[in-house]
Amino acid sequence: MTPILQITSLKKSFGGLHVTSDVSFAVMPGEISAIIGPNGAGKTTLFNQITGRFRPDGGSIMFDGHEIIGKSPQQIVALGIGRAFQIASIFPDETVLNNIRVACLSKLSQTRKYLHPVEHFQQATENAHAVLESLGLDQQAHRMAFELAHGDQKLLDIGIALALRPRLLLLDEPTAGMSPEERLHTKELILKLWKDFDLSLVFIEHDMDMVFGIAQTVRVLQQGTLLADDTPEKIRANKQVITAYLGEEF
Amino acid sequence: MLEKITRRLIPASPLGLLVLIFAMVPVITNSPYKLNVASHILVWGLFAVSFNMLWGITGMLSFGQALYYGLGAYSVGLMVDYMGSAWFLPALAAGLLMAFLLSFLLGLLVIRVGGVYFTMLTLAFAQLAWQITFKWYDFTGGDDGIQGIIPPGILQNRIVYYYFVLLLVFISIWTLKRMAYSPFGMILRCIQQNPERIRFLGRRVRRNQLRIYMISSFFAALAGGMMAGVDSSIHTDMLLWTTSGEAILMSVLGGISQFFGPFFGAAVFILLEDNIGAVTEYWPLIIGSVMLFMVIIFPKGIVGEALSLKVRFGKTDTGRSS
Amino acid sequence: MSNRPILLSGKENSMDTSFFFTQLISGLTIATLLFLVASGLTLIFGVGNVFNFAHGSFYMLGAYFGYQFSAVWGSNFFLTLVMTGICAGLIGMVVEFLFLRRIYGRANEGGFQILLTYCLILIIDDLVKLIWGAEYKSLARPAGFDGAVQLGDIFIPAYNLLIIGVGLMAVILAWLILSRTRAGRVARAAAVDREIVGVLGVNVPMTMTMVFGIATALGGMAGTLAAPMRTVTPGAGIEVIIDSLIVVVIGGMGNFWGAWLGAILIGEVVAFGVAFVPKWATLFSFLILVIVLVFKPEGLFSARRTR
Repeated sequence: MTPILQITSLKKSFGGLHVTSDVSFAVMPGEISAIIGPNGAGKTTLFNQITGRFRPDGGSIMFDGHEIIGKSPQQIVALGIGRAFQIASIFPDETVLNNIRVACLSKLSQTRKYLHPVEHFQQATENAHAVLESLGLDQQAHRMAFELAHGDQKLLDIGIALALRPRLLLLDEPTAGMSPEERLHTKELILKLWKDFDLSLVFIEHDMDMVFGIAQTVRVLQQGTLLADDTPEKIRANKQVITAYLGEEF
Repeated sequence: MLEKITRRLIPASPLGLLVLIFAMVPVITNSPYKLNVASHILVWGLFAVSFNMLWGITGMLSFGQALYYGLGAYSVGLMVDYMGSAWFLPALAAGLLMAFLLSFLLGLLVIRVGGVYFTMLTLAFAQLAWQITFKWYDFTGGDDGIQGIIPPGILQNRIVYYYFVLLLVFISIWTLKRMAYSPFGMILRCIQQNPERIRFLGRRVRRNQLRIYMISSFFAALAGGMMAGVDSSIHTDMLLWTTSGEAILMSVLGGISQFFGPFFGAAVFILLEDNIGAVTEYWPLIIGSVMLFMVIIFPKGIVGEALSLKVRFGKTDTGRSS
Repeated sequence: MSNRPILLSGKENSMDTSFFFTQLISGLTIATLLFLVASGLTLIFGVGNVFNFAHGSFYMLGAYFGYQFSAVWGSNFFLTLVMTGICAGLIGMVVEFLFLRRIYGRANEGGFQILLTYCLILIIDDLVKLIWGAEYKSLARPAGFDGAVQLGDIFIPAYNLLIIGVGLMAVILAWLILSRTRAGRVARAAAVDREIVGVLGVNVPMTMTMVFGIATALGGMAGTLAAPMRTVTPGAGIEVIIDSLIVVVIGGMGNFWGAWLGAILIGEVVAFGVAFVPKWATLFSFLILVIVLVFKPEGLFSARRTR
């Protein structure tokens, strides 16, 4: 089976700081995996390079067998990589429904329609409602996004990415800032989304319940290098990883 | 059938109401002066609404829309002056075409820089056009302007011309409103709120900004062209930065987050200017102070603040109002 | 105050050294005035991220204050210069404190700043008309500076040298304040990161007000200095702001020394442009602006921003 995402010898430096040092790993189609590591390990930077926000200094990123380094974020989105952000990246002054609808319209290439009201586009509207339902946000469809609770905003962020029907979904700390109940709910939700939307899913997390609860593979980053890439059980027992996390609870 | 018609009219009803009110003006009053004021409100209303597509909706503060307004006006003024009234309508069309092309070229240049640079650059280019027009006395008449611009045929009649302007303004605002509520409009609003996310949606930010810049400038030129016939004259002041500034003030006065805010602001502004200007020559001082007050205390503008009050005391949902 | 640059008549209107030198001095004079205004503009932007659209109005106020103190009340020119600087500075601080502060941190902040300063332009420009009337006023050169200084074949108007000299002093003083005093260091740090400086216990708002005051003081003094060479009229403000804007963009927004170099470039271009094509000389500055914006929008003298 060819990996859906193949990262090889990826390098990136900012000034003299090596944020990504010779990172290589492969994500298999349909896998659900986690990337963990102390703060500053370069996890988000990794996502930024995959999604085309930053250009790596060296190495290669192959998505579905095609090199994607050098492509614009728009092109990468079109190829099928979706992303949710660490700080929920939504449209605060739009309704919850519109937040998703704009993504659906974009997916259907209907954003260059000038003379018909948004409501007229039934397919996009239906798709948007469907995404909201799977996130449990459909009840709030007509609220303004800025009014949503923080946790719901994070979900909305995920929804925008999902609406684009990605094949690979990258989630950056989906439970950041959530209460324990919200975390539990989100963990189950992500598992469900993974199955329902037939995704390959990679998430960055600090919540170990989630990491060891649902990930099939765990990759550990520290100061830009990949320390380990293994099943959750083996990672738990890995001495290097434990040292890196000294003081952090498992 | 009747239901279908009325159902399609209803969403447009603020606009319909507006048209009705303005259509009644020549019926209600005989005064050519008042008709002129109403014409000014219509033209400036369109200018302000078209400007606000850039600022209120997309977040692009252009301080140089007078460039296109003036272009439209001077296209009509110069062609009619040199070649006769019959050229009025073709000149109007020519002005629109030139505005379209110029805004494309200029847009490519200034949109890439964004932020306060964008604002100041649009100002600088408009001032450049003003300087050239001002100094090129032989061709443009410079500071004297050009008078005696008479529309052709039946449009010569003031009242017919008024309805001509009303029709064009209605069609333009109707079109812009459709755009504001369309997917394109939604992309623009989202670009203002979170351009990064738009990129991660697969859309181009600058390309859409360029599109709305061209559309806004197109309608600014239309407004200018019509104004040449309203006052039967053109003047370099139409290109001056203060003209751009007035469109901005009108929009803020009415409310930049509501589609009709700028139109309402234009009406209030012109009526205020008309009445206060009759009493004192220090109109800039007064409007400057009023707007200073508005900007600090009531930034949402008259319509915006009124709607906020309605939301607080009424049961309207906070649905997107622009 | 009409902003037409002063064409110094060389002894022969041909490309010989005296002509060249006269235009050079003329250019430096324009550059000094431009820099006094532009440096304030770029300072305010660098430290506070505010674009003071009304900056030209302070220049204009400076001219009127100069007229009032010297021509009407008969004060000594140099004393006038100091006083207009102080007055313009105080007014600037009041404006910042009363109005600009209220919109810091607002949504659409940049747009509202421009709007607010635009209102100030309307108010100040009209107030000036109200107080002094709309007719042109004139201000005489200070005694002892109305002649020319002779260097070999070349006659240099003494007043131009005064402008360049005073300008230089003001700049050195400003530089000393910025680099040697604690307040100056704070201002420079705030230019890099306003929040952190605040966290360190520094009174950032106070710093901002102070910087604003220094900037408007410089602008006001520029107006006074320019007044004897040009007539004093309302409406000078907006031309100055456009010229200063060009200088600031060329030098890089927030780049103090970039503004100096930019001013010299524009000053010389305008001086030589006026000597050859007087009517269209101002087009050259626009041309340079366009070129800079196309190829290096962050300014000719700034480090390239990583996109």
